[in-house]
Amino acid sequence: MESVFHWISANEQMVYILILVIFLGFIIISRVPTVLHTPLMSHANAISGVVIMGAIIVMGRAASDNYVALILGFLAVLLGTINVVGGFVVTDRMLEMFKKKK
Amino acid sequence: MGVSILAIIYIIAAVTFIMGLKMMSNPASARKGNMIAGVGMVAAILGTIFLYRNPDGGLLQNHIWIFAAIAVGTIIGVMAAKKVKMTAMPEMVSLFNGLGGASATLISVIEFNHLADQGFPVEASSAGTMAIIFAGVILGNITFSGSIVAWGKLSGKFKDFAFKGQHIINLLLLGASIALAVFITSDLQSDTTTMLFYVVFMLSLVYGIFFVLPIGGADMPVVISLLNSLSGLSAACSGFLYDNKVVFTGGILVGAAGTILTVLMCKAMNRSLVNVLIGSFGGGGKSAAADGEQGQYKEISLNDAAVVMSYANKVLIVPGYGLAVAQAQHTCHELEKLLEVKGVQVKYAIHPVAGRMPGHMNVLLAEADVSYDKLLEMEEANDEFPTTDVVLILGANDVVNPAAKTDPGSPIYGMPILDVELAKNVIVNKRSMKPGYAGIENGLFYRPKTSMLFGDAKKVLQDLCGEIKSL
Repeated sequence: MESVFHWISANEQMVYILILVIFLGFIIISRVPTVLHTPLMSHANAISGVVIMGAIIVMGRAASDNYVALILGFLAVLLGTINVVGGFVVTDRMLEMFKKKK
Repeated sequence: MGVSILAIIYIIAAVTFIMGLKMMSNPASARKGNMIAGVGMVAAILGTIFLYRNPDGGLLQNHIWIFAAIAVGTIIGVMAAKKVKMTAMPEMVSLFNGLGGASATLISVIEFNHLADQGFPVEASSAGTMAIIFAGVILGNITFSGSIVAWGKLSGKFKDFAFKGQHIINLLLLGASIALAVFITSDLQSDTTTMLFYVVFMLSLVYGIFFVLPIGGADMPVVISLLNSLSGLSAACSGFLYDNKVVFTGGILVGAAGTILTVLMCKAMNRSLVNVLIGSFGGGGKSAAADGEQGQYKEISLNDAAVVMSYANKVLIVPGYGLAVAQAQHTCHELEKLLEVKGVQVKYAIHPVAGRMPGHMNVLLAEADVSYDKLLEMEEANDEFPTTDVVLILGANDVVNPAAKTDPGSPIYGMPILDVELAKNVIVNKRSMKPGYAGIENGLFYRPKTSMLFGDAKKVLQDLCGEIKSL
């Protein structure tokens, strides 16, 4: 129990962010109309590609002769990029269609 | 200096993510919101590459590798996103989602190896850090294999597959992954640590497969939303690992978005998440309707259907997955225009779980240029049915099944439905009398107000358009 408390206090900022962002996310997302649920999902999906920054950091840190880390990191950056770029482009394509016709 | 600039870039990026999601609340601003978040993302990525400093103060290396990966990923991503048909959108979204999960898993694997190489130094491998690494692997893997299976099922490559006791095996797989993770963390210096880590890796991968495989088509919107949420959480794990607040914020936002969609989809089916995941749809209770005498249904000719609709004041169209399968959205829009020329008011009634992902029908109709203010949500539509002359049901079944209201024995009992029977006439387009998903009989087809119009949705709509033109 003590270690849990210690862990929380050591990561106080992250815990604050966690709680505030959960509330924020629930509030802004529950206002999205059903019409836009698919683009919302694919937009959120693109944002979940932020993980690519973790991949870049891992890769940038790897020693230049650590091929296992380099190859795994390369894959992680590659997959993350497909997720981010594909996600934003496909969302844009969908939203382009949502026009109000006269 | 560089580090301070990076911090500012990250803060701005986090704000763009929040703004992007906020602007999604209106179709008029949504596209701009998507772009703003995209710009924030690019800025954060470039900032990370050039400005990030390791704890020891060094800049990141291996730029060539990083840019090569980004270049290849960008080309693949743009091509896939540009090429995909709107009807194939659910599988595309699943696939992208799965790749994000895989990326999160790989990061955790590399980080684990990194710690293993150093012999798990006490200060760097606290129980908290290890827990995050394991969470990243487990969530990332479930997202990856689950999304790939969902992609395969949605694109018709994999069939539903369930065996007796699958839920128990699933629970065991998940339980074993978590228990092993806890066990490993308790004694990192053991010889088996690395081996067991990969056992957890495999178990969670297999769990993802088994968890999505048995889930039926109509439940896919729930699963896709859930997987979306998990991909966000796995990203958040990486953010935590590197104390990177923008990754953490982005991940949690996505987790929240996915969770809300999951809850909405479950509500729209009046089922609990557990029920969907365990998925024994319509297990025990024998439905009265399934056994009962259904009586006669009547057919309507194309010509009669054309006449009834042309002389109506208001027509509501109820689209379902059948419309997507037949790719009939454009023809449907054509019918709408023809009827409007004749002075008929045409709108669409859209059930939240129609199709295979949240909002599936809306995207399809938007592709066909249908104005979004003609798309009614379930509650609005139910208010309009009493003043509607003709309801045209295109490839929808369970979402209009009256058994959901009247038959406590029916597996869909309690699910909110579109009350099409309040309208004066109901025309149902189906390929045949075969019951829809889960084999639930639909009493609506046998009601006096209902007439059946058999055939492929696209063909029937084309013929209807032809008939209306020649009237």
